[in-house]
Amino acid sequence: MSKGQLPRWVDYGLLPALNLIAAFIVSGLVVVVIGEDPFEAVKWLVYGALGYGEGIGYTLYYATNFIFTGLAVAVAFHAGLFNIGGEGQAYVGGLGIALVCLAMDRFVPWWITFPFAIAGGALFGAAWAFIPAYLQAKRGSHIVITTIMFNFIASALMVYLLSNVLIPQGTMSPSSRNFEAGGQLPLLRNVFTSFDFGQSPVNLAFFLALAVCVVVWLLIWHTKLGYEIRSFGKNPDAASYAGISPVRITVVTMLISGALAGLMGINVVMGEQTRLLLDFAGGAGFVGIAVALMGRGHPIGIILASMLFGLLYQGGAELAFEIPTISRDMIVVIQALVILFAGALEHMFRPAVVAFFDRFSSNTAEA
Amino acid sequence: MLDTIILVLDSTFRLSTPLLFACLAGLFSERSGIVDIGLEGKILGAAFAAAAAAYVFQSPWIGLLAGIIVSVLLALVHGYASITQRGNQVVSGVAINFLAAGLTVLLGQAWFSQGGRTPALSPATRFESITLPFADTLANVPVLGPIYADLISGHNILVYASFAAVPLTWWIVFRTRFGLRLRAVGENPSAADTAGLSVTLLRYRATIICGILCGFSGAYLSVAQGAGFIKDMSAGKGFIALAALIFAKWKPVNAMFTCLLFGFLDALAIRLQGQEIPGIGEVPVQVFQALPYVLTVVLLAGFIGRAIPPKASGIPYVKERT
Repeated sequence: MSKGQLPRWVDYGLLPALNLIAAFIVSGLVVVVIGEDPFEAVKWLVYGALGYGEGIGYTLYYATNFIFTGLAVAVAFHAGLFNIGGEGQAYVGGLGIALVCLAMDRFVPWWITFPFAIAGGALFGAAWAFIPAYLQAKRGSHIVITTIMFNFIASALMVYLLSNVLIPQGTMSPSSRNFEAGGQLPLLRNVFTSFDFGQSPVNLAFFLALAVCVVVWLLIWHTKLGYEIRSFGKNPDAASYAGISPVRITVVTMLISGALAGLMGINVVMGEQTRLLLDFAGGAGFVGIAVALMGRGHPIGIILASMLFGLLYQGGAELAFEIPTISRDMIVVIQALVILFAGALEHMFRPAVVAFFDRFSSNTAEA
Repeated sequence: MLDTIILVLDSTFRLSTPLLFACLAGLFSERSGIVDIGLEGKILGAAFAAAAAAYVFQSPWIGLLAGIIVSVLLALVHGYASITQRGNQVVSGVAINFLAAGLTVLLGQAWFSQGGRTPALSPATRFESITLPFADTLANVPVLGPIYADLISGHNILVYASFAAVPLTWWIVFRTRFGLRLRAVGENPSAADTAGLSVTLLRYRATIICGILCGFSGAYLSVAQGAGFIKDMSAGKGFIALAALIFAKWKPVNAMFTCLLFGFLDALAIRLQGQEIPGIGEVPVQVFQALPYVLTVVLLAGFIGRAIPPKASGIPYVKERT
């Protein structure tokens, strides 16, 4: 191993762990500032997320959302594109899913609706990502800015649609009508009756998420397109000299990314709420950024990071309940610190670790 | 009719002020080559700190100061990540937005137990509107009187400060040595470095100025326009300011007009809510809300002129390549 290089396990295991620990230490300090015992907080957090069946169910439910949005951000990252618009794409994807469910739920069972809903979510999510992608590829407008703008446009559009178009007559709250049985995904508590999931909304979308992880893994590391995406991300100039069209890769990658974000709606719209609600994405698109950064863009890493964030979300709710001075927003703080340390400050510990390993390896070389 | 116009323009000024501060903040940062997605977070953090301090110390000025301090601290985090650690500036900005969104409510709840709000501020602890000299005597003069008395007079001091900041920013950026160097590190940092300038120091200074201006923006929201902090009270203003900055092509005077335009859209949306426009019918309020974003996308696509950011913005500067 040459100087300055690190073994793979350090790069993919130790460094992210150090970043994560730093984020947790600062979070713990915040709890101390509030005047509570951080260890007590951790205890309630872990108990709330994993201590009983319903908690586990909620943890898995949240994790499902984050797997979809995390994969969306990660796929774009592989092409060197920062898709900050997962939130908007998920939101509009939910519209596609809701439209399919509203059209089919009264006539067919859920398993016939399901593939169409997947297609609807993916299609709408991809469509919402297409415009920023096209503008970046063809007209040079920066994808970060355009996807941010598209988040807000999506929000305005959905408020309009929900409160003027999709709202059932005679009701006041902006949402679509409730789907009939044909538009509802089975909940795991009804499928695996031997395990006590309580009232948690974890549903079949969890398995869809895992399946999508496998598909993304195959796509990125075992197809020609995946190779092109990664080459383009590593060095766009070299990739285009090698005959990879920057326009095509940018657009195709963003379509895939948007489709993945759009699928998130399956879990919430078709699985939990069984209708289209305002702001149902609830920031999951942004959590995807933290998840993708922490998971280093790899599906396995993303599953682990999603589980961690699912745990934080569910445990955070329990924490807020048990220790009222710590509000649910503690999760947002932890999330921010994870993004900060695992993303923006990812190289902070690297020099020290490199120095440590260099000394270690030179010692063994001399001996 | 004149009354309505004055009313809409009056609220345009009020709604433009936080955008203008934030937009100028972004201008300093991006002119130096640091992309700042975290404007929103700094505004929010400042708004909370300002309201909390104004309440505790019963003074809007201490509130403003606290807002500036917190905003500058957040700016320094961004600076440390993106200048010293050469991290991804967008990721860092996103982190700061989340940090502010979470911490404000968390601390607000822990300190004041009002669901993340700060206690309502009494008029004495806010920036109150100022009546300019002769406003009352001139109010009865036709046309000019109401314009002077209602439109120009009667705002709080931060509104005037934001508009005063425009020529000041222009002068700093385009007429001082600091401004020249600032633009140099944003366009070509290695050339600036070769000329003996410290890219790091200049970028840090720009980041701090950005923090100060965001502090004004946030304090305006919570101790001038509002009377206390409310969860998520910045409500996307940081992003609108970012959009305005692009629209203004990173120029201060353009920034003022763009912020006025976006503020006007906002004021119009409030005014026209639920009202029929002859020939068009009722325009959904969401159209006005989305318009700044749509316009920015269209502008970025190059359909109405070209928006070219400072060349080095978003790229960490590495002093020597080995």
